[in-house]
Amino acid sequence: MSKQAILDSVAKPYMKDDLPDIRPGDTVRAHVKVREAGKERIQIFEGLVIAERNGGVAQNVTVRKISNGVGVERTFPLHSPNVAKFEVLRHGKVRRAKLYYLRDKVGKAARIEEKR
Amino acid sequence: MLPGILGTKIGMTHVFSEDGRMIPVTVIEAGPVYVTQIKTDDKDGYTAVQVGFQEISDKNLSFPKFGHLKKAGVKSNLRHLREFRVDKTDGYEMGQEIKTDIFSEGDDVDVIGTSKGRGFAGGVKRYHFKGQHMTHGYMTHRRPLSSGATGPQRVFKGTRKPGHMGDERVTQTGLKVVKVDAERNLILVSGSVPGANGCLVTVNKTKGGK
Repeated sequence: MSKQAILDSVAKPYMKDDLPDIRPGDTVRAHVKVREAGKERIQIFEGLVIAERNGGVAQNVTVRKISNGVGVERTFPLHSPNVAKFEVLRHGKVRRAKLYYLRDKVGKAARIEEKR
Repeated sequence: MLPGILGTKIGMTHVFSEDGRMIPVTVIEAGPVYVTQIKTDDKDGYTAVQVGFQEISDKNLSFPKFGHLKKAGVKSNLRHLREFRVDKTDGYEMGQEIKTDIFSEGDDVDVIGTSKGRGFAGGVKRYHFKGQHMTHGYMTHRRPLSSGATGPQRVFKGTRKPGHMGDERVTQTGLKVVKVDAERNLILVSGSVPGANGCLVTVNKTKGGK
């Protein structure tokens, strides 16, 4: 067994196999487990994927949304048990892998066309 | 129980803890090791257990080592021989097989390896010297400059200078065992360990640790 094959087999049990196809430009809804005062509840974070980073079990996406007029970005490790569910609401038509330019745009300029 | 085990560094990956935190881990393929010699106070002046690790073919074995392993009654040929100091040699016998199950989850361990060789390295890389500016007319960039005061008219011994870096024994302390896979001889250790992937490492239980 090669070294890489051993590493893959170690990470395998921690990986989810039911993740949707997520691309930059997609509008997504993340259901995150939050622990507060010993209680566990689900919090929803809805926004636009502006970056993705592959890396097997460490794969993550950065989601951006505007909350009360303030831009908020959150990075989700997709395979984490704390990310209970990840939904793709709509695929966007973009020509970049990293949509960091959206940080400088507001309102109408920050729109992304839907991919059909 | 042996205070440590020999293994091969496989590489790094991530696992998730129960509360969802991501833990960077180094995967070590450790053991099985075989007892090849038991050193006693009467005969050797100290007590230790010598073990061998990693099976190789006959043709890669030197004749003296072949004889040594034959005496120990080990079936397979082993590449590396290392000693572990122990207080008592009771319970060890020649040829005995020792596996990763001497460790359990949450154990504190130290990992010893040989660091990656950097060749002849300058002061900036070797001792984190600041160096000079890359621009603004500076004609030196990464040189060590002053070696000390003019008063003593000599350079003190031990002054940090460019020279050979890496390829030396390094002990990484304060690591934790995240998981043990006794079936596949794998240990997952939190954090990084010295050396390149594929090199020999020694995983020791921390002295005084639980």
